Formats: sequence, C-alpha cells, structure tokens
Amino acid sequence: MFARIWAPLENSVLRCLAMHEMGIAMQIVEIAAASIPKNVENVQVERVNIKVGKLSAIVPESLRFCFEIVAKDTPVSGAKLMIEEVPVVARCNECSAEWTITGPVFTCVKCNSGSIQILSGRELDIVSIEIADP
Amino acid sequence: MEIKVVRKVLDVNDMMAQQNRSRFADEKVFVLNVMSSPGSGKTTTLVKTISRLLPEIKCAVIVGDICSTIDADRLSVTGVQVVQVNTDEFGGDCHLAAHVIGNAANSIDLDAVDLLIVENVGNLVCPAEFDIGEDSRVVVLSVTEGEDKPLKYPLMFRVCDAALLNKTDLLPYIEYDKEAAVKNILQIHPGMSVFEISAKTEEGFKPWIMWLKERVKKKLA
Repeated sequence: MFARIWAPLENSVLRCLAMHEMGIAMQIVEIAAASIPKNVENVQVERVNIKVGKLSAIVPESLRFCFEIVAKDTPVSGAKLMIEEVPVVARCNECSAEWTITGPVFTCVKCNSGSIQILSGRELDIVSIEIADP
Repeated sequence: MEIKVVRKVLDVNDMMAQQNRSRFADEKVFVLNVMSSPGSGKTTTLVKTISRLLPEIKCAVIVGDICSTIDADRLSVTGVQVVQVNTDEFGGDCHLAAHVIGNAANSIDLDAVDLLIVENVGNLVCPAEFDIGEDSRVVVLSVTEGEDKPLKYPLMFRVCDAALLNKTDLLPYIEYDKEAAVKNILQIHPGMSVFEISAKTEEGFKPWIMWLKERVKKKLA
C-alpha cells in the first residue's frame, strides 16, 4: 500500500496547457500584481520586464503566450512581457578566462579545463514593472 | 513609470526547497532526486537499487507521474514506504515542485528512513529547473535514446551529479555509440560520474550502489 497525493495545476482552465511555462507565467503575474503600488488606483501595467538566462529551461515564445492568458482578469491584464535573454557566461577556475558559451561545450576555451563556474545564464528574474502615467 | 521589483520568479519554490532541506537535515534523511526522459528505466533501476541497499540503508520513495499509480505499485514490491504524487489526471504538471515534496514527505515516517528517493516526472526539461531540497541529483539515460541527449538538454546534465547510462544489455542489438554518449555527457559536465548499468541484468550496479551508499552514509554520520 502507498499514499497517493493529487497535486494538479491550481487553475483548472489551464490544465490543457501542461507546460511548465504556465506555472512560471502564473508566478510572474502574481509577483507583478503584488508590485503595483497600493496608493494608485486603476493602474494600467504596460510592461513586465524579466530576465531569462539562455541556460534556463524556458521557451520565451511559450512564456509570452502563457503570460497573456494568465494575466487576463488580473491587475496585470494587457501588459506586455518583455524578455531580456541573458547569455551563458563562464569563468575558468584554473586560468580565470571568461567567455560566452554558445554551444553545448562546457570546458574552458583557453586551457580546456572542465573546472568552470557559470557566471550567468540561469536567470529567471523579474526586473521591473512599468505602469502608465496617470 | 518604472517600478523596480528584482525578484526571482521561482523564489517561492526556492524558499520551500530550503525548508525541505533543513527538515531533511534535522531528520538525517538523504534525498536523491532521480530524473530522466520517459521510458529510460527509472522505476526498474530504483526497484533493483533499493533491493541492494536494504536492509543496510532504509529507503522510501516519492514517485511523481502525471497520472496513474503504476510506478508506485511496482516500487511497493520492495516493501519500502511509497508515496505516489499525481500532478493531474489528464495532462498535468511536468515536474515535482518543492511544496509537493514537502507535502508528500508528511505521509512518510522519516524516522524510519535514511534515503528518500524522489522519482521525478519523466521529463528532461522542467525538473532540472526546480530545486526540491535534495542532496543529490541523478539523471538516467538509456542507450535507446540516442547519444545526443546530453547536448540537447544541457541544463539537466549540468545540474546532476551523476548519470546512469541504462539498458546496456541492449547494446549488441542496436546501433549506439556508447563512447560518443559518454563524451557528450562529459562535454556538458566535465568530471560527472557516469555509471553504465543494465537495470534488467544488474550488470554494472556495484559502482553505482557504492557511489550512492558513500553519499548517504556521509550525511548520516
């Protein structure tokens, strides 16, 4: 015998869109909505600016698509999701070389060492929201 | 007017993962997150792995699937505590998030567990992105999937500590360049531990079991 737990996506309307970009879009909408200043009324959020690292498992087009759907009927409705893609930058622990990784090779371009640090490329950050001037 | 936000989108998940991590540290439970594409042989590998770890290392499993309890049924044969998490009946979430693991762990008697294995939803993309508070991550890759998988899913191979190259018993019957596969894994993650195993015949299990035992015991010490 074993226990069984149901952990479905919370919004049943969205279940047909079973990709993790949907869950991430929901988080973005939640954070963006919570960032709207309390003292301003009838705010139109025009843009939500985010950073997405090239190494993150996000397809920008899917995320934009999901964001539009999730944002409906929320304070963020109608906002544009602006995605800044961040390149994968690495530094070698052996020779300190720094370079941008563009292909599936994670060894140092200078000394071929495999001991490297990923400096950027894993981002999935909300940077800011832009609201229409009253 | 621009309003600075500066927040990680997954910070709620990351926070829950940290809570899990400190709870598992208090309980002295080693947590292994096992990921792969569907059909790589995760469940068979885990059934055989658990059988070899028992009774020395007491195990429990949280198994994630979009639907069905087939894997939990198979894992229950080992006699260990098993929790099946279903993300949806017809096409749900494609990974296990930290709060789901925290919730599922409530159904387990952690006092009686040294090693909690999380068999994640079969998927090489999303699970790589979600920290669940684990101590170690392992990716299972089978020889029927093609040598280029590591190159196509670099994040998964970057975040994992070890790769299990499974179904090696099929090598005589298929065209598969094993050396190329291993080279591709190491090109994405230099120094990664790679174990060539057959979950069916249990060939190559010894080094993998030793690797795992060593890590579990280190945490329990």
